[in-house]
Amino acid sequence: MLGNLTFDALPFVRAWHSPSINEIIGAGAGAVVIIGAICTFALITRLGKWRYLWTEWMTSVDHKKIGIMYVLIAFVMLSRALMEAVLIRMQQAVAIQTPGFIEPNHFAQLFSTHGSIMIFFMAMPFLTGLINYVVPLQIGARDVAFPSLNSVSLWLTAGGSGLMMASLVVGEFSTGGWSGYPPYTELNYSGGVGPDYWIWAVTLSSLGSMFVGINVAVTLYKLRAPGMSWMRMPLFCWTSLCTAILMIFAMPALTVATLLLAADRYLGMHFFTDSLGGNMMNYVNLFWLFGHPEVYILVLPAFGVFSEVVSAFSSKELYGYTSLVLATLAIAVLSFTVWVHHFFTMGQGANVNAVFGIATMIIGIPTGVKIYDWIWTMFRGEVRFTPPMLFSIAFMVTFVIGGFTGIILATPPLDYLVHNTLFLVAHFHNMLIPGLLYGMIAGYQYWFPKAFGFRLSERWGRIAFVCWVVGFYLAFMPLYVLGAAGMARRTQEVFDPTFRPWLIAALCGALVLFAGLASLFIQLWVSIRDRHANGVPVGDPWDARGLEWATSSPPPEYNFATIPHVSNLDAFYWRKRNNGAYHPADHYRDITLPGNTSMGVIIGVAAAFCAFGLIWHIWWLAGLSVLIILGSWIARSFSRDTERIVSAAEVERIDRAWLAQAAAARPVPRQLEENAANEGLAEWMA
Amino acid sequence: MDGLSGPEFRHVGLNLQDHPSLTTQQVESNIFGFWVFLMSDAVIFALLFAVYGTMLVGTAGGPGPAQEFKIGPAFLETLILLTSSFTFGMASMSMKYGRSALGLFCWLLVTLFLGLAFLGMELNDFAAMFAHGAVPQRSGFLSSFFVLVGMHGLHVTAGALWIIVMMVQICVFGLDARVKINIIRLGLFWHFLDVVWVVIFSVVYLQGLMR
Amino acid sequence: MTYGIGYASALALTGIAFALVHWHVFSLDWTLGIVFGLALLQILVHFRCFLHITLGRSARADLQLLLFSTLIVSLMVAGTLVVVFNLRSRMM
Repeated sequence: MLGNLTFDALPFVRAWHSPSINEIIGAGAGAVVIIGAICTFALITRLGKWRYLWTEWMTSVDHKKIGIMYVLIAFVMLSRALMEAVLIRMQQAVAIQTPGFIEPNHFAQLFSTHGSIMIFFMAMPFLTGLINYVVPLQIGARDVAFPSLNSVSLWLTAGGSGLMMASLVVGEFSTGGWSGYPPYTELNYSGGVGPDYWIWAVTLSSLGSMFVGINVAVTLYKLRAPGMSWMRMPLFCWTSLCTAILMIFAMPALTVATLLLAADRYLGMHFFTDSLGGNMMNYVNLFWLFGHPEVYILVLPAFGVFSEVVSAFSSKELYGYTSLVLATLAIAVLSFTVWVHHFFTMGQGANVNAVFGIATMIIGIPTGVKIYDWIWTMFRGEVRFTPPMLFSIAFMVTFVIGGFTGIILATPPLDYLVHNTLFLVAHFHNMLIPGLLYGMIAGYQYWFPKAFGFRLSERWGRIAFVCWVVGFYLAFMPLYVLGAAGMARRTQEVFDPTFRPWLIAALCGALVLFAGLASLFIQLWVSIRDRHANGVPVGDPWDARGLEWATSSPPPEYNFATIPHVSNLDAFYWRKRNNGAYHPADHYRDITLPGNTSMGVIIGVAAAFCAFGLIWHIWWLAGLSVLIILGSWIARSFSRDTERIVSAAEVERIDRAWLAQAAAARPVPRQLEENAANEGLAEWMA
Repeated sequence: MDGLSGPEFRHVGLNLQDHPSLTTQQVESNIFGFWVFLMSDAVIFALLFAVYGTMLVGTAGGPGPAQEFKIGPAFLETLILLTSSFTFGMASMSMKYGRSALGLFCWLLVTLFLGLAFLGMELNDFAAMFAHGAVPQRSGFLSSFFVLVGMHGLHVTAGALWIIVMMVQICVFGLDARVKINIIRLGLFWHFLDVVWVVIFSVVYLQGLMR
Repeated sequence: MTYGIGYASALALTGIAFALVHWHVFSLDWTLGIVFGLALLQILVHFRCFLHITLGRSARADLQLLLFSTLIVSLMVAGTLVVVFNLRSRMM
């Protein structure tokens, strides 16, 4: 009935039988998940919000709400994975010539979940959330091209995240790292459920991301407002488009890799085994066919955010818009030509490695172009050092340092020396913390007032900034040193006592980073508390440029009362200057919106249960879930009542109320935008 | 505005003027979106082909392509699938020009029948191979063969299921705009599977039989 | 009647390919090359006649998409084969 599931799968039972610090940490983590879930349920029930949550959020297909839910998932998962990072650092700082307090198997689970979560359940949801929220607004659309598919993607990601959380409570997670290389993850060497959790969580996430890619690409291709030609799109749309294209073409490679591994583990096939004709190198190749484009899936949206932020807070048109577009496209195409640099040491010949090494270095060129463009955008601009801008500047400096170490790693002979050491770990954190996380935080702080109608506390934003930057340098610069000295990554016990100071410094860095995360939560709390003083309902708090600022904050569900016509880049900025903003429409029309659907939730939850059934060999559960997924999909295709209409009168009422608010608001000059006087109406200076 | 009858719209040339709720933009993005999905799917097949190519030598002393592949059934399956693509084309034509939904329904039925015949033959082939001990667990080569060809078979199964759903929808809704759009997408899917099969019979069967 | 043309040419191309293999008309290498060439031709026929991809309007989104997909797919497949075969020739 319950397959391989027994009571021993519960960490509490294991901790009861052998109460070591190691097991108690595991049980504690499981308890946090359970208590957190119970508290959330109890709170929602107590507040009587279930119906509200179901109708307004869970079944909603509004791209804005879906975007917000994505970011919420990202923050929850970021908290878990960052705590794991602190544990990892703590263990290494302690375990010098002693076993430390975390056993090897548990330690391996920690770095595996840390990596898997950070990539698939923190970074991907975060950037998907921002894209979802912002792109339709920026191109003057009412929603994405496939709103219900959007909901399916969200819930597949949520289902995958749920599986990651379940692995803390039921059973164990993979010990094979975030890349899950066979043959180690084959049945012979990892017989437990760990790799299965990894396979199915990642598969759900990658399917969801593939649908996101299709959705975003089609939205940008087909739903741009009249007059918005390609070269009038905000740069964030360009980077989103390229990310979407990469998702469409790279995610299938991951799906193939994970499913073939599953075929090995479940059906006894021989794709990646070390016997009977299997070839484990195929896995490495497939994984990085996905893995390298994935790197650009992650950083491109951040590049888009920086472009928007730098332009807005320098009050200048983006310098070299065309070159930024071309650089983005070049990066997108080139990202498919460099995957071998992840396994220079696999054993292929020097010529192959040389080709891929050179291709890798070539990617540095368009990236460098972008850095120059951002710098020139700031040059002689009216730069305001708001938190998003601070994160952008920190990104430019830090990312360039990471780029230099990337050039080192792109050189195959040097890569032979430092591969699989902490040098590599330092390098990719050096790319992804500034190149992804700073961008996401900057985007979150930049667009937050748009989404919720009030500004985030700039004071706490600066505190968070200091923590994230100081923490990063303190945590990862020592790792370069350790890596160059030969310390292998993923080491549970360290044997060289001279490493101790560096490891302690890195631990301090991790703690400062954790303080950075805490500051973000405090910032949110403080800002919600002061939301009336920080309100920017008119919707343009930063004197910004794109169409997303041309509507109220938060925007109405249909985004724009009338679809704007676009005649140049930075459409809203020029409309403000020409006194063309904040006017009522000539006449209002009925607006058709997609109606709510429960299909997304049903599919996502059923997919998670299907995966759970597969992990524990509970075949009836897996089969039943597949039937539910198919059934709800087919049932949805029979539904003809999928739209609802907002009447013209309603649209006019809402629009006129907002215009009245705008007329009553006092415009603020840029210098005072961090002041309570900011109501979201910018003073239009030349 | 009617974007579905102009010369530039080549798919089936629907006339949706009586469906004001669907704009040209929506129809175009619906079909384009499905194209994008197909390309994503094409990457899955391409990678399975690549894996198959690298696994050709991985027979581990077990049965190889020359012993196990039969040219007769492979040729027949190819003919059936090509014919089903043609009959689906006829279905599209009768949706475009037909006065009633009956012609469309009948052509879909023929296509479904051919699809199921193809699947039956394929399963029969697999069963024969299993009987010789050529099971996917035997070697890396056989694993990759069964997964590649089986993946195509799974797609055909999904296509057959989709045809059944569309036939029911034709009965329930007649030919409304959403049914038409779905049949266009189903057609793209079906013809796409045919393209994949062309590669399968060339790269897998014919190449295997040559060696 | 693109479907009729498509069907006829697809049948012809398929028939030739199978006939070449069945009756061993050419040497192995030649047959392999011709069969793959015929397959490529047949794919083009399918795209033209069944999937209605034409070169008529070069700005068509689906044509751009198809060309880009072809580029990426060939990069991936060719890259995989080169890397893995290179590895095999060195390791075995």
